[in-house]
Amino acid sequence: MTLPFAVSLGPGSSRADLTGAWRTERAVYTDRTAPCGNACPAGEDVRSWLYDAESGGAGYEAAWRRIMETNPLPAVCGRVCYHPCETACNRGHLDEAVGINSVERFLGDEALDRGWRVEATAPPTGRRVLVVGSGPAGLSAAYHLARRGHEVTIRESAPVAGGMMRYGIPRYRLPREVLDAEITRLLAVGVTLEVDAPVTDLDRVMADEGWDAAFLAVGAQLGRRTYLPAASAARVLDAVSLLRGLEVGERPLLGRRVAVYGGGNTAVDAARTARRLGASDAVVVYRRTRERMPAHAEEVVEAEEEGVVFHWLSTIDRVEADGLVIEQMELDADGFPQPTGRIERLAADSVVLALGQDTDLSLLGDTSALTLTGGTVDIDPAFATTRAGVFAGGDVVAGERSVTIAIGHGRRAAEHIDDWLAGRPPTPAPAVDLAPYEALNTWYFEDADRTHRARLELARRSSTFDEVVHGLDADSALYEARRCLSCGTCFSCDNCYALCPDDAIIKLGPPGEYVIDLDYCKGCGLCVEECPSGAIVMVPEES
Amino acid sequence: MTTTPLKLYQVGTFAAGNRLLGPGERTVQSSMDRASCITSGHRACRGCGEALAARVVMDAAMRATGGRVVTVNATGCLEVFSTPYPESAWQVPWLHSLFGNAAAVASGVAAAMRATGRDDVRVLAQAGDGGTVDIGLGCLSGMFERNDDVLFVCYDNQGYMNTGVQRSGATPAGASTATTRPVGDGVGNAFGTGKNLPRIAMAHDIPYVATATVADLHDLEAKVAIAMARRGARYLHVLVPCPLGWGSQPADTVRVARLATQSGLFPVFEAENGMLTHATPIRRRVPVEEYLRLQTRFQHLFVGPGRPDVVAALQAQADRDIARFGLAPEEES
Repeated sequence: MTLPFAVSLGPGSSRADLTGAWRTERAVYTDRTAPCGNACPAGEDVRSWLYDAESGGAGYEAAWRRIMETNPLPAVCGRVCYHPCETACNRGHLDEAVGINSVERFLGDEALDRGWRVEATAPPTGRRVLVVGSGPAGLSAAYHLARRGHEVTIRESAPVAGGMMRYGIPRYRLPREVLDAEITRLLAVGVTLEVDAPVTDLDRVMADEGWDAAFLAVGAQLGRRTYLPAASAARVLDAVSLLRGLEVGERPLLGRRVAVYGGGNTAVDAARTARRLGASDAVVVYRRTRERMPAHAEEVVEAEEEGVVFHWLSTIDRVEADGLVIEQMELDADGFPQPTGRIERLAADSVVLALGQDTDLSLLGDTSALTLTGGTVDIDPAFATTRAGVFAGGDVVAGERSVTIAIGHGRRAAEHIDDWLAGRPPTPAPAVDLAPYEALNTWYFEDADRTHRARLELARRSSTFDEVVHGLDADSALYEARRCLSCGTCFSCDNCYALCPDDAIIKLGPPGEYVIDLDYCKGCGLCVEECPSGAIVMVPEES
Repeated sequence: MTTTPLKLYQVGTFAAGNRLLGPGERTVQSSMDRASCITSGHRACRGCGEALAARVVMDAAMRATGGRVVTVNATGCLEVFSTPYPESAWQVPWLHSLFGNAAAVASGVAAAMRATGRDDVRVLAQAGDGGTVDIGLGCLSGMFERNDDVLFVCYDNQGYMNTGVQRSGATPAGASTATTRPVGDGVGNAFGTGKNLPRIAMAHDIPYVATATVADLHDLEAKVAIAMARRGARYLHVLVPCPLGWGSQPADTVRVARLATQSGLFPVFEAENGMLTHATPIRRRVPVEEYLRLQTRFQHLFVGPGRPDVVAALQAQADRDIARFGLAPEEES
């Protein structure tokens, strides 16, 4: 190059100066676990399907398909799940949790409306698996096993599939056409359903029919009783039988004044059902306080709206012909209710017991190698029982019980059964690196209040079994999906690329694809600080 | 039923870009074809606010003019870190002036363009706060008065940073610098001194005056685009935190700038022909203390018993500007 007069050095680019050498720490893109998905008992990758749904249009189907990878019953869960995802949602610290459950319901309903279907993902393996019970655990296990190419048969003792979703959850929370449609679609993946087919001796059935494995998911359908001194004329029945009877067309005679004994969701369901059956007074008697009630707060509020009355800190002492004798309780220092000796009377025509459920394991036979503890089947972390080839999940095993938990059990058990059939060691659970709220930079998120689902007008809630909670329309569902903060993963906002003072971040083009040019990154950490979703971390430079 | 207009919340208007937004709604900086007028390898400190701001401003000017822009750079940090001879980080026609005469050189370049019939080529002058409010004020005032066709951008880091953090006419009250140490009863830089150049520029009744920070790229880029769409003398004052001189963490540069605006200490506004036309309301108001505590230049206000009287005086100053420019958050006003 010819240099001008008196110039001894040619011009050069600053790129000759590799300022990355100054660095003591480097920024690294990361992908942390979002609290929503971590909290989901069904194991849904909530953040990812919200990301898909944020595009709207074709994104809805992609989002639904991603849900279906783990949970085959989104329209059901969008109604009956107690959404621990929303409890965990980081947006709750900012304004209010993302309405994940309502978006899931929207996607589930959209799928039913448009007839979206899923297929098996693996060729037939030739292995045969028996699923005992068609509740959420059984259906979920059957679905995941069938998608993996196994030949699956569900045996159900009742005349219709669904388990507690059908015989335990009232219609006003879960319309049966939604349940039926999701079960039909699930069976179409390649599951054989045999109804009115109780399994009475599992060992014999396994041996005689040559099943390679079995999944035991018979649930807990026996209402727990307690001894109550009762006059002969008193009507005492249990909530499970009440709800089941209603489903098969019975109209139980409850009278005008109904007392429900218990504090779980089933107690609330029974009280709300009693109102719909014409009871003028539906009273829930519970021995602890509202805060300590296991029933979900949302359902308690809905019940109160419908005129259900709650008697906190009360136990039923005895049942007389014209009502109940109730003893008041008080909580001791440890939070346990203790009797006070103070007595009051409550007029009631009938008493519904909702004190929990036990599992009916008569099908195991006397000689089975399965062991039980406290009336539930023992399983290892891989859902295997003590009898080789038999796995169990859902309400039949110990632990918390809900539809969503059962669906999660079904999926995880199916994965372990698949491993077991293939002779693979159990797949270990992935490590969890949770994205905390503090990792987010919420400045970048627009203020956006949550949209709540509308509810059926009250007049119709005390007389009909119409669905109480309405769905979101498409606009609101999209709005709600876009409230997601994308905790712990990139949503391609370009902040890192735009804010690097050293022009050291290279944007590759596809959403979320960036590379840090370590020749020039000085390690200032500005990108980490300004990443809205906490998807970049600083790590010490290797010395 | 009430309806809510559909907006993008994950992105809003606050992040640089988003996959769901049309290209027109994203910042220039989020675009793969941005000019990157200052390339890598420059020697600015880690987390330098000025290096970031200068790229954002120049890239926006390049976008606005279709790449026909010449820049004149006063002596100062920006010139020193970008162009240690014989290397330069600049990817645009760039002229280095003296410390105090960038406005005069830029006026000359604009005159030359006009004389040669090339007034499609626009001129952008850049200087730090020293080269603007102190040493260059005479030339700049002349450029304003003649209404020369130049956008003059001041990157305000509130002191003479590359020479060792001495006080400038833009150093805020209460700040410790090499020449305003809080010795004895001293508070750091004295109250009642210094110059507010955006308001001085407004007093010249020039076509466009605006302030901005590196904490809001959408706003900063929009102001450059507005300025480049006009002719005559225009002035843009950009607050650029300096980790070295302010004693803030390099990673906190944008955060510090954001807190300057959210505390009311740095009003973000626009003025046309001497009249205030727009002020950006505060979104999440914070006490000045939250801003001050991130910077060791204000550390003496909080050590031991601290100087609550000085913090209160700075808060009063912020409150005055909030009232003067109408910056109160929407729900408060």
